[in-house]
Amino acid sequence: MLVKLKRTLLDPIFNNNPITLQVLGICSALAVTSKLETAIVMSLAVIFVVSFSNLSVSLIRNYIPTNIRIIIEMTIIASFVIIADQIIRAFLFEISKQLSVYVGLIITNCIILGRAEAFALKNPPLQSFIDGIGNGIGYTLILIVLAFFRELFGAGKLLGFTILPINTEGGWFVPNGLLLLPPSAFFLIGFIIWIIRTFKKEQVEED
Amino acid sequence: MEVNSTKNIIRVAIGVCVVCAVLVSTAAVVLKPVQKKNKKLEKLKNILYVADLLDKDKNIEKIFKEKIQSAIIELKTGKELSKKNYTKILNPDSFDIKKLPYNPKLSVKIAKKKDIAGIKRKSKYMIVYFVKQEGKIKKIILPVYGLGLWSTMYGLLALDDDLKTVSAFTFYEHGETPGLGGEVDNPRWKKLWKGKIVFDKNWELKIEIIKGKVNATKNDAKYKIDGLSGATITTRGINDLVRFWLGESGYGTFLKKLREGGVAG
Repeated sequence: MLVKLKRTLLDPIFNNNPITLQVLGICSALAVTSKLETAIVMSLAVIFVVSFSNLSVSLIRNYIPTNIRIIIEMTIIASFVIIADQIIRAFLFEISKQLSVYVGLIITNCIILGRAEAFALKNPPLQSFIDGIGNGIGYTLILIVLAFFRELFGAGKLLGFTILPINTEGGWFVPNGLLLLPPSAFFLIGFIIWIIRTFKKEQVEED
Repeated sequence: MEVNSTKNIIRVAIGVCVVCAVLVSTAAVVLKPVQKKNKKLEKLKNILYVADLLDKDKNIEKIFKEKIQSAIIELKTGKELSKKNYTKILNPDSFDIKKLPYNPKLSVKIAKKKDIAGIKRKSKYMIVYFVKQEGKIKKIILPVYGLGLWSTMYGLLALDDDLKTVSAFTFYEHGETPGLGGEVDNPRWKKLWKGKIVFDKNWELKIEIIKGKVNATKNDAKYKIDGLSGATITTRGINDLVRFWLGESGYGTFLKKLREGGVAG
């Protein structure tokens, strides 16, 4: 049992990562990773939503009629997203201004509906909850790596602290402005997938 | 009990909706006061920012209370509304720049020709803030707003005690394109405003945002500000809204009264 739970938790982090293997949730991964701070808050919100929506869907999985199951899942997910959004607005006001619509858009993050459909509907609550956390962490990991490179080489900072003093403010570092724009996250995700699949050959898709 | 029966579909649908509705509304209601307080602090913080009084170690509300004095003025006459005439809507704590222009009793339509800021209606009253030091007015902060490209931009303009030198200018709310019009938030651009002169010595409104860079060697450079490249309409909007609010339809009368020493405060 414990071994199984551990696998449920750890599998989505490398072996079955929602972003690099399932290639889900790319939209928000582009939008919120220009800074490490927003990426972290966004990740926490996603972990919260995906774990609790998984738990709730799993709790009532035996009562959900098949033909309205997607709507039920969406209703549950949307509710948790609103709650997460309200909490961020109340306690992390500055960050909520930067995240703006993207917290609300967690609703459309495919990872969450994907996990509810693929996992929570067929598995008991505890496992579903752990699966949610695992997938959330998998998402977080990629977001943090992206935000680390984008903030460091795009703005010379990490979490708002200057690491590489940039030239326009009297330093020596010439930042790469492209990294602050969303498309750069695409390139970075591409590189990450390349690196992971170099070491984990089984993830390479067959033509 | 058949899971896919019509009866069960309706039951589950209603059940899920009710539970979710309760959860969501509880969160919204419980967290509302905290969010409201954030909004208020944000407002104070912006005022302190243009007043150049922001101090990270000190409580925002405390600095505001000590250093800033709010006043409500009637735009037409330039007179300050005395404290005993404060009403539920017209008082510094609840003064709402966004709602008042839609209050039929407290607002007027702006003639199309005069409406250069594109705001259609304006409140008869506006709130202004004085920065005081030892009883003397050091700076005066004027809320301004107007249409940019996508959004109404809300800003604060701080003037020095000579009532014509810009001390600081910032927008606290706008929805302009990030990287183009959104560059109104760029500290380097905001810095350009400091020390610019809005009125000439005959108190004619002179301030202007131009296309491209200001030629600093020219005599009138002190009246001119660099436009933002790639943001023609946003730039024009800022130019217009500043000129609107400093002109006759805006704070013109009030500023005139103030420099003639007519406003008690």
